Amino acid sequence: MTEDGALIRVVNLKKYYPIREGFFAKVHRWIKAVDDISFEIHRGETLGLVGESGCGKTTTARAILQLQRPTAGEVFLEDLELTQLSFQKLRHLRTRMQIVFQDPYASLNPRHSVEHIIGEPLVIHNLLSGNALHQRVVELLELVGLDPAFRHRFPHEFSGGQRQRIMIARALSVKPDFLVCDEPISALDVSIQAQVVNLLQSLQEQIGVAYLFVAHDLSMVKHISHRIAVMYLGHCMELTDRNTLFDDPLHPYTQSLTSAVPIPNPKLERKRQRIILEGEPPSPANPPSGCVFHPRCPLTEDVCKMEIPEFKEIYPGHFVACHLADMEGHSKIPGIALVDIDQA
Amino acid sequence: MALLLEVKDLVTKFYTVDGVVNAINGVSFNLNEGETLAIVGESGSGKSVSMLSLLGLIRTPPGRVEGGEALFHSPQGIRNLLKLTSKELDDVRGGQIGFVFQDAQMSLNPILKVGDQITETLIQHLKLSKDQARARAIELLTEVGIPDPELRFGNYPFEFSGGMRQRVMIAIAIACNPQIVIADEPTTALDVTIQAQMVTLFKRLRDKLGIAIIWITHDLGVVAGIAERVLVFYGGRIVESAQVDDLYEHPAHPYTYGLLQALPRLDSKESRRLVSIEGTPPDLLIPLRNCPFAWRCKHVFERCWKEIPQLYPVGEKHLTACFYDLEKGVVRND
Repeated sequence: MTEDGALIRVVNLKKYYPIREGFFAKVHRWIKAVDDISFEIHRGETLGLVGESGCGKTTTARAILQLQRPTAGEVFLEDLELTQLSFQKLRHLRTRMQIVFQDPYASLNPRHSVEHIIGEPLVIHNLLSGNALHQRVVELLELVGLDPAFRHRFPHEFSGGQRQRIMIARALSVKPDFLVCDEPISALDVSIQAQVVNLLQSLQEQIGVAYLFVAHDLSMVKHISHRIAVMYLGHCMELTDRNTLFDDPLHPYTQSLTSAVPIPNPKLERKRQRIILEGEPPSPANPPSGCVFHPRCPLTEDVCKMEIPEFKEIYPGHFVACHLADMEGHSKIPGIALVDIDQA
Repeated sequence: MALLLEVKDLVTKFYTVDGVVNAINGVSFNLNEGETLAIVGESGSGKSVSMLSLLGLIRTPPGRVEGGEALFHSPQGIRNLLKLTSKELDDVRGGQIGFVFQDAQMSLNPILKVGDQITETLIQHLKLSKDQARARAIELLTEVGIPDPELRFGNYPFEFSGGMRQRVMIAIAIACNPQIVIADEPTTALDVTIQAQMVTLFKRLRDKLGIAIIWITHDLGVVAGIAERVLVFYGGRIVESAQVDDLYEHPAHPYTYGLLQALPRLDSKESRRLVSIEGTPPDLLIPLRNCPFAWRCKHVFERCWKEIPQLYPVGEKHLTACFYDLEKGVVRND
């Protein structure tokens, strides 16, 4: 991977959680929530991170921000390595990296006014005070499309979408370069989701912030991301630009995932060929040998059961962790027509 | 197709400390035998409450079904579900009408074996003996695609994954050969690959057993794949009713149109901005006197603030509750 211009660079990131059993709470096994992941995020770019529940997307996001210390691997913010930094040093860097959480109901303090909530990061980092602070809060409210007159209100007076806007305003108050959005729209209704997604996109155009957009809704991720990484059981299976991921996915898991996404078009839905995967993802406490996807993969060969596939670059910028992936299409599941607009 | 369920002017209210919540404000629809009807709408639009009202599952107080009728064309003749005693309803619920809830984790009893939860239904409704019920339950578990059904019969719900628990719920819902299965957001809590498994299972059961399905969801993608007809709920009313192809190709209500515009499309190459619907859903504490969508509608005019629009035919089996003709771009004169 090249180093030029990467804002965030994740190198062989691992996060294991111990399972303690018995009287002395001895560590018997490890849950490998994130196992050897590498990618970079550029300035002003949105990287989508998708996968099913429990695949380690949120853990990855938190490990990057050092909200949970990684077990191994490195995370760079430009050329600064974060994993070895002290809590104090990290604290100063928090002005450059922020996070918006999934649940706008649980992540706002119900006893604080909107002004207090949005201004808090600025106070903590000693950036602004008095009138300047007040001015900045008004600016931020306008930026996220809320009436500055609302600043004395409390979180319970706002709807879900408005609360998510408050969360975004708070995260942006310190002018970060990098914002993690952890399922920012899953708790919202469809008509409100579009409002928040549009807001995130126009903010990116205005201030050039980079996003790591974690979500399980593939159509929304495709809509907002420039590139997308697909995770399965703690591993990154495929990483490429958003159109290639949907038009020409190389990993069998990505192929089945994209074929399973429902499309709001009844005629297309009736014609679509789906790969319905058998079974469910195994437990990360007891992952399969070799390629973690092999028990559910329709193309499994002997090598898949023995060796962990390397995350390799098949085409420029298109990374896949599959033994069969090559330029001749050996990793393609036969008989599935992916989304074809001309048929619709 | 024979008529199976006729709902007329259903009204449900909740008497809370904050005031009266007008959850359902006059809902009427029909369901035919073997039909798959989808009910779409956002949270608080009344899609779940309307179904719970039909089956007497609204907790009273605070809730009360205040009006309307629900004629169920059952084998015992036409019965108004809203007038049945709770004993009579017990026969209908789980017997002729099965229910699959969103959260299988919450709907299964955690301290009863899964098998016993299925046989309970069979013994209660079909008066089977214990052994017969066990045999049938294992058959049902096989039917819904649970591996090792004999072994799984004796497991507790916590030993099942989310997708498997939802399969158990489906087994219970179809246990007594119901005429209708009401599925309330059955795939919402599930991952996309499991969701695809579930939709496939429902389609197979529907085609095999000829059950009519009422599928409640907010996901217009899933609806496109399973439904024949769709009802769009907004503010406790039906704002549009159409055959599935018609609804997606010629949405006649500004709300339906807006919802479709707000969705990112995998079936389109061009990357356009999503068109969001500004504003928020209506406050149900205020009694409805006008169009529930008027506050957020781009085409709103004087009449929308004065009357509640009724469902109006705009095509074959296509109804919309709107004074504005979206396709022609003019106000409807009727």
